[in-house]
Amino acid sequence: MSQTGTIGDKLFRSVLLIAAASILVIVAAILYMMVQNSLPTIERFGVGFLTGREWKPAQEEFGALPFIYGTLASSIIALVLSIPISLGVAIYMVEQAPKKLARPIAFLIELLAAIPSVVYGLWGIFVLAPFIRDYLGVFLQDYFGWLPFFQGRLTGIGMLTGGIILALMITPIITSVVRDVLEAVPTTQREAALALGATEWETTRIVLGNAASGIAGAVVLGLGRAIGETMAITMVIGNSAQISISLFEPANTIASLLASNFAEATDKIYMSALIEIGLVLFLVTFVVNALAKLLILKVASGTNSAKHA
Amino acid sequence: MFNKIFFKKNLISLFILSVAVIGSACSGQPMGQQSGGGGSAASGGSLRLQGSGASFPKPIYEKWVSEYGKINPNVKIDYQSTGSGAGQKAALAKTADFGASDDPMSDEDLKSAGGELLHIPTVLGAVVLTYNLPEVKEPLKLSGETIADVYLGNIKKWNDERIKKDNPNLNLPDADILPVYRADSSGTSAVFTDFLAKTVPAWKEKVGMNKQPSWITGVGVGAKGNDGVMGQVKQTPNSIGYVELTFAKANSLPTARVKNKTGAFVEATLESVSAAAATAQMPEDLRVQITNADGAGAYPISSYTYILVYKDQSDAAKGKALADFLWWATHDGEKFTQDLHYAPLPPEVVVKVEAKINSMTASGKTLRQ
Repeated sequence: MSQTGTIGDKLFRSVLLIAAASILVIVAAILYMMVQNSLPTIERFGVGFLTGREWKPAQEEFGALPFIYGTLASSIIALVLSIPISLGVAIYMVEQAPKKLARPIAFLIELLAAIPSVVYGLWGIFVLAPFIRDYLGVFLQDYFGWLPFFQGRLTGIGMLTGGIILALMITPIITSVVRDVLEAVPTTQREAALALGATEWETTRIVLGNAASGIAGAVVLGLGRAIGETMAITMVIGNSAQISISLFEPANTIASLLASNFAEATDKIYMSALIEIGLVLFLVTFVVNALAKLLILKVASGTNSAKHA
Repeated sequence: MFNKIFFKKNLISLFILSVAVIGSACSGQPMGQQSGGGGSAASGGSLRLQGSGASFPKPIYEKWVSEYGKINPNVKIDYQSTGSGAGQKAALAKTADFGASDDPMSDEDLKSAGGELLHIPTVLGAVVLTYNLPEVKEPLKLSGETIADVYLGNIKKWNDERIKKDNPNLNLPDADILPVYRADSSGTSAVFTDFLAKTVPAWKEKVGMNKQPSWITGVGVGAKGNDGVMGQVKQTPNSIGYVELTFAKANSLPTARVKNKTGAFVEATLESVSAAAATAQMPEDLRVQITNADGAGAYPISSYTYILVYKDQSDAAKGKALADFLWWATHDGEKFTQDLHYAPLPPEVVVKVEAKINSMTASGKTLRQ
């Protein structure tokens, strides 16, 4: 029995090792292929590819900056809108809601996560865009029109609409992961805090502090979806390669550009440019994920030290 | 313990079973395809033809495929609408038995092909301008210059003098125009920009003629596909966009009358599209743009759509089936065009197409006698 056990363990270990190594191999292979295939534009444009503002395939002019800006800006809008809602819903479900209510809410959230992105996109065109054009945008312009973000022409299509759609799409993911993370925090901690006379708010802060790395993971997952979303965003963001401070102006993201143009890229240099911008997306995602994790851990350690004080 | 072992055994057998199933599924498909391609003549089995490309003729190609399947049940044709650019790519890379494209291939691309590629025109279509102006009941009249100025950002409001000049009776609002264009690479854009480049010199310089032209930054919004443009225009008052005629008809969108070379404002109909084809000079290789055609009745943003096939087919059985299908499509198949809002090929073009199809060979032998 013990012998088979050792063999089993060895087998088990090597299977796990292969699984872990395969991720590294896959990432390395993807990177290699992308660099290899984007060499024509890397050699021809160099850093200018990252800083250029014009994207004109017909004239073989490729500047990725508007797309990098659009990807970051739309994801940031999505996170800013989504994080408070997701955390609020998750905390309510775990800490406060009666079981009878928590279950249906959890079910509904999982339902939201299963909606295909093209449906979000259609809803964006037919419901959200007119709503922003006729109500929300008008409201923002009336009261906050002095901010440069809310100036310019209101068409209902643009950066803000894209950001809101993304926020809707990532909220279910962040919520359900945060809920699982909070549930994993031992009840004894809450009891201890309450026994020491902490208020509900203080108890929740302690729980959040302990769950911080898990919450960071949830946010990074959501961010990943926001950065990589193609169909829904392409339908509402306006697909215009421009950098505008106004959130009402059309913009574009890397993923959306790739989705609408990759299939039809016929010439070699254009193909290379699209693959290089895919590489940029890869790197942007990596950097943003790392930053997001760092930031949240920092905030969390702040909460932890507050608890200790 | 027993349970665990039992579970293990089950797991292993499940694993073996799934491998077997996946394995057979994987090997099954290519085998089927091979027998369809190679040994079909002997076995009398079914033959598969793969086509991919332009989305604009998709409705009529699907109709053809299903009608042709009724007459020739042993020939199965799959058409995937992947876009004109992808259709050209598929033809060049030989990843499909035939490619499809709205705009003819460039000389450069044709040279890079592994063999002589034939352009077989199949049907005619048009690109129309559709708009969202609730107060305007009669069709809008637009000239190439006005359309170009709108998309260049020179005309910003609907009640601009340049638009009013052609539409004195219309009550045009004092509202900003929102032009909508195709964000993806598209044969529709190629036809649209080809017309504007022919009529407006500034357009050629600033935006160009392309499947994916260089739109002016800050003017208008881009949408993906005909349906994306339609959705945007339908949802946004005071917007304007361009879509395929079939698409506009199917969705009963208002369409503008466009000024042609003779100065007449013409509605896009089967007749006006046919009229554009009738006056255009068809070159020997059948590659032609018929935008801004002569003739008082010609709609100026009309176009042929093509199927791309190699003159020398590598597989005789497949080549024969392809040639027969093309022959049927350009003859009997043309009767289905009307219902789907395409215009049929003019008779003199059909004669030229016949010569092209008859020139198709496989290892030196002509495929049709």
